[in-house]
Amino acid sequence: MSTTIPAAPPAKSPAPRTQRRVRLTDRARHERNLGWLLAGPAFIAMVAVTGYPILNAIWLSLFDYRLTDPGGREFVGLGNYAMILTDGLFWKQFGVTSLITVVTVSVELVLGFALAMVMHRALYLRTALRTVILVPYGIITVVSAYAWAYAFSNTYGFVNGLLGLGEFDWFGGTWSAIATVCVAEIWKTTPFMSLLLLAGLAQIPDDYLEAAKVDGARAWQRVKRVILPNMKAAIMVALLFRTLDAFRIFDTVFIMTAGAQGTETLSFLAYRQTISRVMVGLGSAVSVILAVLVVLIAVMFVKVFKTDLSQQRGDRK
Amino acid sequence: MFPRQRSRRWSAGSALVLFASVLGGCGGDDGGSTTLTYYIADAAQEDVATRCSAESGGAYSFNIQRLPNNAAGGREQLLRRLAAEDRSMDIVSVDPPFMAEFANAGFLRPFTEQERQQFSAGVLEGPLKQSTFRDTLYSAPLYGNTQLLWYRKSVLAEAGVDPSAGPVTWDQLIQGASRAGVTLAAQGRRNESMMVWVNALVSSAGGSILQPGAEGLPADQVRGGLDSPAGAEAARIMHDLAVSPAAPAGFSTAGEEDSRASFQAADGGFMVNWPYVWAAFDAAIEEGTLPATFKDDVGWAAYPRVTAGTESASPSGGLGLSISSFSRRQDLAVEAIRCLAAERSQKDFMRTAGNPAALASVFDDPEIREMFPMADQIRTGLDAATPRPVSPYYGDVTGAIQTAFHPPDSLSPRTTPREANGLLEDVLSNQRLI
Repeated sequence: MSTTIPAAPPAKSPAPRTQRRVRLTDRARHERNLGWLLAGPAFIAMVAVTGYPILNAIWLSLFDYRLTDPGGREFVGLGNYAMILTDGLFWKQFGVTSLITVVTVSVELVLGFALAMVMHRALYLRTALRTVILVPYGIITVVSAYAWAYAFSNTYGFVNGLLGLGEFDWFGGTWSAIATVCVAEIWKTTPFMSLLLLAGLAQIPDDYLEAAKVDGARAWQRVKRVILPNMKAAIMVALLFRTLDAFRIFDTVFIMTAGAQGTETLSFLAYRQTISRVMVGLGSAVSVILAVLVVLIAVMFVKVFKTDLSQQRGDRK
Repeated sequence: MFPRQRSRRWSAGSALVLFASVLGGCGGDDGGSTTLTYYIADAAQEDVATRCSAESGGAYSFNIQRLPNNAAGGREQLLRRLAAEDRSMDIVSVDPPFMAEFANAGFLRPFTEQERQQFSAGVLEGPLKQSTFRDTLYSAPLYGNTQLLWYRKSVLAEAGVDPSAGPVTWDQLIQGASRAGVTLAAQGRRNESMMVWVNALVSSAGGSILQPGAEGLPADQVRGGLDSPAGAEAARIMHDLAVSPAAPAGFSTAGEEDSRASFQAADGGFMVNWPYVWAAFDAAIEEGTLPATFKDDVGWAAYPRVTAGTESASPSGGLGLSISSFSRRQDLAVEAIRCLAAERSQKDFMRTAGNPAALASVFDDPEIREMFPMADQIRTGLDAATPRPVSPYYGDVTGAIQTAFHPPDSLSPRTTPREANGLLEDVLSNQRLI
């Protein structure tokens, strides 16, 4: 699972371009050229490895194309999209994906906030504490999914013993299986959430809190009236990143349930069509739809909730 | 200032050179070498390969690549690489049900008539049948596989069934195990192992998952055979077992190894599984997780029947060695397969991995007969084994069956056959997703 870090905001010097060009010194020009020289290869590589596959996927999604039957390739226009959007399975898996996203991101926000407070306020062993909290995020998702799959197993897992559930099969029912997936996801990514929130927490000047204290605000009031309003931007950014990530969930489901018991998500749908069935056209269409949904989520956060990505870095206007 | 700039330019230049060399390093050709890239599915294949390479006197050696240890993972990796015309693949280990898909796509080099005679001489009927597609041999059978019914002798009296006395049916086993308070382990997990079970039940009831003649038809013309009494019987038996007290805990998520764990447990009674379990019992005894006398209590018999009067169609598995169409060393690969799939290799493989040979002669070997007291039963099973549907669209077929027949406790003999058949045909004609 990858997580995107926001790109650096544009430099804070909105001087008119024409003026700058006139004033450009030799040194500045050289530095600019060097900048292009250094960034150029990376830029070209990025376009090659991300731009090309995206365009190719959109192109392929217009075909009925099975990898094992290249001769049978046939242009179907938007037929694949129509088929997917009218198939009940797509909407069912959209529901499962949304459910997992909402549950995990909500729980992560609460837990992440608590952990961020602990990391922020700790007086002793700060570094050690932060390291310990961040360990789950450093573990590869597949590994953590296996660890949780074993933990919930009814033959050699410890969870049933701990909760006195006997031979209860967590992966044998839809709800319990989704619950295990959510637990694994929450354990794995809460540290990331707390890290983003910690950055927001660190931006609140101590003066605000002291002033509130002097005014007689109790702990909960300080959280509600001072900390949360001042952290809104950081919270929204954290929610945005985690929602985008959670919506694309694949590895945890793949390892823990292999999609059985109705736990398949949209990424799993794309995987099954593209990799298992080698229906490259249909699979590409699912992937394109998934990508569009992810973009819609991002747009919703930015436009509707007015998430300001630049504030995450403390560049307050 | 100037020298600093120059050094920057130098570093930028060297970064470019490094980048180009990294990209360039992706290619490479070792044409003319005698190293064959061999994709193996079982660790024991490596020992055989090492011996063959040594015996070849330098004619060839192997670069061993291990495939994922579950059938679907192995198929996906081979399929992706072969579809990309990966020239670095020479010999690939193909699970028989996937062979038709690869062969139809032109990914596998057909064996010549002369090679066919050599690689099929003395091979049992089950493994041979699943190595040929459209009357052409695409895989040299390395091992064949079939499931047996395994039972604990100590529970028979209470269960009131005795597989050693004659063939038993699934219904008798479910009732008997329930009566005795023991489990009947089968593979209810949604993966290829459940497909094996469904196919065996449908075939044993006299039906077939795909209607005959599907092999040469385009995907959208393939018709399913599940909406039939045989499909209904399969759904009924799976459901009855899943909801009976004889179903082990976690039945809908149990694969072969989970079944073995259930069978080894205190309330283990019956199990359908591949013969590897016999060697696995030994390993468990050696580790101390099973008592030394465990195997004395274990008996085996032919795969259970669906109806008392009709012989069962036992599941068929195994592994074949195929040559990639994109290999640059195809003739050398044929030579290597002559050793890899030879009688001695199959015997070694059976001894170490516990997987039954495809050659009939191995079963007459005194050493094998001593190690595998059930050798004759396996051999009979291999001859009666019914392969999973031979179809160039096998991925769709197994995907649809796994979706439609899972979880087993939700199945109904009234609705499942029609729904499963509908899903299968819709998926094949690209009208529904799985």
